[in-house]
Amino acid sequence: MTKAPVRIKTLTIDGREVGAREDQTILDVARENHIFIPTLCDLPGLTAVGACRLCLVEVRGVNRLLPACVTAVAEGMEVSVSSERIDRYRRSILELLFAERNHVCSVCVTNGHCDLQSLALKLGMTHVHFPYQYPRLPVDASHERFVVDHNRCILCTRCVRVCDEIEGAHTWDVMSRGVDCRVITDLAEPWGKSESCTGCGKCVQVCPTGALSEKGKSVAEMSKRRQFLPYLTLMREARR
Amino acid sequence: MTIEDLRTIAENERQAQKKFQHHVCVCIAAGCLSSGADQVRDAIKKEVAEAGMAGEVLVKGVGCMGLCSAGPLVSVETEDQLFANVTPEDASELVRSIDTGTADLKHCDTAVPFFERQQKIVLENSGKIDPERIEDYISNDGYRALVTAITEMTPPEIVALMVKSGLRGRGGAGYPTGLKWSTVSKTGEQAKYVICNADEGDPGAFMDRAVLESDPHRVLEGMAIAAYAVGAQNGFIYVRAEYPLAVKHLKTAIKQAERLGLLGNNICNSRFSFHVDIRLGAGAFVCGEETALIASIEGQRGAPRPRPPYPAQEGLWNCPTLINNVETFANVAPIVRNGAAWFAAIGTEKSKGTKVFALAGRVANTGLIEVPMGITLREIIHEIGGGIPDGKQYKAVQTGGPSGGCIPEQHLDSPVDYESLARIGSIMGSGGMIVMDETSCMVDVAKYFMEFCASESCGKCVPCRTGTRQMLAILEKITAGEATAADLALLEELCDLVKNTSLCGLGQSAPNPVVTTLKYFHDEYDRHISGEGCPICKEHAASSAEVSQ
Ligand SMILES: Cc1cc2nc3c(=O)[nH]c(=O)nc-3n(C[C@H](O)[C@H](O)[C@H](O)COP(=O)(O)O)c2cc1C
Ligand code: SF4
Ligand code: SF4
Ligand code: FES
Repeated sequence: MTKAPVRIKTLTIDGREVGAREDQTILDVARENHIFIPTLCDLPGLTAVGACRLCLVEVRGVNRLLPACVTAVAEGMEVSVSSERIDRYRRSILELLFAERNHVCSVCVTNGHCDLQSLALKLGMTHVHFPYQYPRLPVDASHERFVVDHNRCILCTRCVRVCDEIEGAHTWDVMSRGVDCRVITDLAEPWGKSESCTGCGKCVQVCPTGALSEKGKSVAEMSKRRQFLPYLTLMREARR
Repeated sequence: MTIEDLRTIAENERQAQKKFQHHVCVCIAAGCLSSGADQVRDAIKKEVAEAGMAGEVLVKGVGCMGLCSAGPLVSVETEDQLFANVTPEDASELVRSIDTGTADLKHCDTAVPFFERQQKIVLENSGKIDPERIEDYISNDGYRALVTAITEMTPPEIVALMVKSGLRGRGGAGYPTGLKWSTVSKTGEQAKYVICNADEGDPGAFMDRAVLESDPHRVLEGMAIAAYAVGAQNGFIYVRAEYPLAVKHLKTAIKQAERLGLLGNNICNSRFSFHVDIRLGAGAFVCGEETALIASIEGQRGAPRPRPPYPAQEGLWNCPTLINNVETFANVAPIVRNGAAWFAAIGTEKSKGTKVFALAGRVANTGLIEVPMGITLREIIHEIGGGIPDGKQYKAVQTGGPSGGCIPEQHLDSPVDYESLARIGSIMGSGGMIVMDETSCMVDVAKYFMEFCASESCGKCVPCRTGTRQMLAILEKITAGEATAADLALLEELCDLVKNTSLCGLGQSAPNPVVTTLKYFHDEYDRHISGEGCPICKEHAASSAEVSQ
């Protein structure tokens, strides 16, 4: 079988001219060229969902902001990944996440290894200027090896997607609406009772925060290993 | 089915109806039904039978007549009479005096602006035909457009007709319908779908429900014409489970149309086949958003996904999908029958045709109305609506539900069209129109809509999920008299953030009620945060305290 020829598009990102395959997103190209765009819900190897809104960029001639993770490149596109306005929006979105649940880094298992925390540092978020909501959410420690602490969950759905798309178990999903949303295992049963969970731990490794962790880890001890994801993706693509 | 067969059915039906001297139409749409219209119909039927007049008086249940607040409504078509608030006990009086036309019942004057200022296209059969009988629809030109389209027109001709008509989507955003059809039709020969969006989740809106209950065949006909034009083989009607009567009438209508070969395989002996199925929505507002609706039909969680790709390119099960609103489809058959020029002559330069509104709140006449685009808000409220009752002062009108804005007195002469409403900070929306008088606190109104958006947010994207909750908390603080100027600034900042960074239309438009009330009624916000307090809120608090005592 002959493959269709790959078409190349040229565009500029922050004034830099870059080339891209037509099936790439703005985020793909930016990463290839070591141009930083903040992301939380995106993880290479999983379907992009455009949910966290941190990757919003400005594209000249388009009057709304576009999520880089799901926006395809186009010929002659002029992208700005940073501006006073976007940076302010990004910090606010991060702040909204910190205010939504209980992110007390100093007592968290992923302190020092957390995507949310490191983004806040990187984007210069100095304080949270929205009132904290302080919900009281449960911790489910029923699984023999893992724990889910809903107080740390940012609802990025990486766990849901890795479990469904890579492991093929679809143990995780999201229930309810608005701020009442919660990640659940099976039909909102305790994780330890889940019949579909294979115990592979992929969800724990892709989780950006301390919401999913391994048992037996103390404060700041839970760092995540995600090397398997690009490897598995590559192997599957090769087989296709 | 040929055009001659159709004519025969229509003629037979007309002859059959002509045999009756009197046609008594009882509205049995949801509004009147909730005040016992079915019992009224049964009582009249019984009286007619007992009086031995079954051969002279035809009693039929029909769809919405518009003036829902005066229901149950009964019209005696042949005498041009309309009766309001009819009870089963009134049946004998109605039947006894039917020949003289002198019934001593509450008459409803039809020579008033409420009826005379309306122009009916979508609702032309509403309140006249029996929605459960396809023959009644056919005898009123029903399915003529479909049969003509299939037997005499090519799909590109129909798409061109829709483009020329200038019809725009009635689901809220006003996207040009012809353009959407053209996009789907150009995707080549493959599996495609047509979806009718009947989720109608705006609080207070019941336009689509009325159309489906009163004239379901019109929507099916529109969908079938659309399917023929874009090359689709299957269709879905996504309707809220809270609309049992609409679902019942739709189910009946689909069966009847299939029996006559107007839906199903090889319609009109052509190669065109089209099958329609009903899917029930569980009542989430966000499932009216097209990508969430598609996910819901696919059996997934009803959450929006980023567009592009648009459903026209990649929709249901990744196939090109045409999705239109109920009212949009309801306009299709008349356009095919009467031509694009006829339709384009109604309305304004950029907004063609008519719009159905559910007029509610503090106006004398509430109910369902259909008006030509370009009519002013003042005409709707003060003429058709009959003005504000109880000698109160007009304050604002809210269009577009939780995604729309509050429009003050100074903009009442704005024409009702997509662009003009957007210019003053509101939207056309799907047709909710709530009138408020001086007894409404605008901060309270903004809070109500924000509460709705916060609890209906799907929770997928951060700004909408948590931003609406933060805004609601501030609005609660304001109405409780505990807020400061800093809170107001934070509220404005959040409006800007949520509008510009949310994933779907729900979040992007959720700030609208707050933005417009801040713009037009800033003094009311100021009153709440200064020591003075809001006199309206105080009065409400006092009266509700009285009630609870
Ligand atoms: C939160 C949200 C709710 C919506 N609800 C409805 C609805 O109830 N009915 C509807 O027809 N369109 C609704 N829409 C608009 C649809 O996404 C879509 O634009 C429409 O069905 C297209 O049909 P039209 O072009 O005929 O208007 C909604 C959009 C959003 C963002
Ligand atoms: S548990 Fe972790 S991976 Fe899953 S949604 Fe929450 S933050 Fe994301
Ligand atoms: S804007 Fe609101 S409703 Fe729309 S995707 Fe985001 S959270 Fe869901
Ligand atoms: S990374 Fe694009 S929206 Fe989250």
